[in-house]
Amino acid sequence: MTAQTLEQRDLAAVIGLEVHVQLETDTKIFCGCSTEATEDEEPNTRTCPTCLGLPGALPVLNEGAVEAAVKIGKALDADIPEETSFHRKNYYYPDLPKNFQITQYDAPICRDGRIEVEIEDERREISIRRAHLEEDPGSLQHAGGSIDTADYTLVNYNRAGTPLMEVVTRPDFRSPKETRRFLAKMEEVLEYLGVFDATRDGSLRVDANISMVPADEVAEDGSIAEETLESANRTEVKNISSHKGAEKALAYEVTRQKNAIKRGRAVEQETRHWDESRGVTVSMRSKEEEKDYRYFREADLPPLRVSGWKEEIPIPELPDARRDRFREEYGLDEESADKLTSTKEVADFYEEVAERFDPDLAATWVADNLLGELNYRDMRITDVTDRLDEFARLVELVDEGEITTKNAEEVVLRRMLDEGEDPDAVIEAEGLGTADDDEVAVAVSEAIDENPDAVEDYHAGEGGALNFLVGQVMGKTGGSADPGDVNRLLRERLED
Amino acid sequence: MSDTADEERAASVTADDVRHVAELARVDLDEGEVDEFAAQFVDILEYFEALDEVPEVDTEDDLANVMRPDEVRDGLSQEEALSNATETEDGYFKGPRVS
Repeated sequence: MTAQTLEQRDLAAVIGLEVHVQLETDTKIFCGCSTEATEDEEPNTRTCPTCLGLPGALPVLNEGAVEAAVKIGKALDADIPEETSFHRKNYYYPDLPKNFQITQYDAPICRDGRIEVEIEDERREISIRRAHLEEDPGSLQHAGGSIDTADYTLVNYNRAGTPLMEVVTRPDFRSPKETRRFLAKMEEVLEYLGVFDATRDGSLRVDANISMVPADEVAEDGSIAEETLESANRTEVKNISSHKGAEKALAYEVTRQKNAIKRGRAVEQETRHWDESRGVTVSMRSKEEEKDYRYFREADLPPLRVSGWKEEIPIPELPDARRDRFREEYGLDEESADKLTSTKEVADFYEEVAERFDPDLAATWVADNLLGELNYRDMRITDVTDRLDEFARLVELVDEGEITTKNAEEVVLRRMLDEGEDPDAVIEAEGLGTADDDEVAVAVSEAIDENPDAVEDYHAGEGGALNFLVGQVMGKTGGSADPGDVNRLLRERLED
Repeated sequence: MSDTADEERAASVTADDVRHVAELARVDLDEGEVDEFAAQFVDILEYFEALDEVPEVDTEDDLANVMRPDEVRDGLSQEEALSNATETEDGYFKGPRVS
């Protein structure tokens, strides 16, 4: 210990995360019950003897969950050990019908991975200690009050047995903001892999470990000595369910711990609960320690030997690689490349359009016009992926000068999305075909003949006069003329 | 572990050990029961010494990678799922308050 006491030194936050993600399989991890919650489904309608923990029922591992885990391991650049196995974690709480949770303990399916995250223009590598498979518990409702004051508990096992992957990082985060960026990046990667759906309720749950250490003990490269970490009391914050929630909960916890230390009080080593609605963390009842869980091998599940699957199971190009390739191959700027790789579906959509047209034109149409209009309507690219041909046709019509860009953007695309019509039908119905040259020439002549005052103003050097005449021509052609052409034609005629 | 070590461990079950295990199991014990069970625990742990007498046997051939395809199978109806429950409410299992 240095001469200075802890309360006088500058403090730095040290944070590690445990991220639980729901794997996108059709069935639960140890039984054939569906994982697909229907809207307003009745409780306890997706269960069987296995996920209800009835005597004699045996778990059988879902191959789909193991494949998803291997894909995640590959994407995290993790080791898949020769042999992995399952354990029972024992604790008594009614969300577990068996009084134990099947999870992995000393032989997780993934070890020692990493994820690169861009934080404030700096690429940081976050180390992944391990990632393992486990089953989700059921859900509880505390009837007639909060958890402490409820009259009784209602239990629904529909969710029990849903496959989860728990990803555990090293304490590599130095600020709450970094955890948010990491979670966004991890979700993006998992969605690319097709093993995760962020729109599913409760698909992401986060526990965070956080402690404060003297800032001058953090090395230049962000590393911290093991003994410094161990001597700092840390809290575990539970019940975080979003990227934003992680940042807010941890920012609260940083302030709380700093204040405690500044006042000369030690931070209590404890589990705290993030109360999202009040924006505070509160101390939870003392939890079991690791030895209390009496982990032991799940004898009903033989070990897994799937290290070879790493070679056999392909994974798609991941977002960082795809972003770099888009910039190189299509010459996109950083912003467009970011937008066009935001999800795998957007990137696939763009590449199909780019194959048919100039990649720049395709980028403008997908990144700016289509994504913008979709966003405005609260729609996603997946709502229109089966209409890619119609969208390509619209770009083709613009590319060939059949309609103006303005009409394509403001009328055709919007009607395509709002009314579900195809572009040719919209053009037909709205009479939007580009005015042919003759029609424009006639309209120009008429505008000049009908507005001698404006012509006079133009020759007197009044800038607004030309705009007025352009407006007249556009009106006569129903907006189907190209304003640039009209402008040019008018000048030619007026200068004659 | 040797027999003597086992005996030492067995003999050292304290009232605190019993209270801790009872808390993990969410069982309420009064002080009389704690003492009674502490004594009984010693006996129970001694029963396990019988395992030391079991001869070693060959383990079964290694079984590995037992999995099922990711295909939905019919499970239980809500009525069937709840049929063993002592108390239910609106399709839920009903239990005491937990915290």
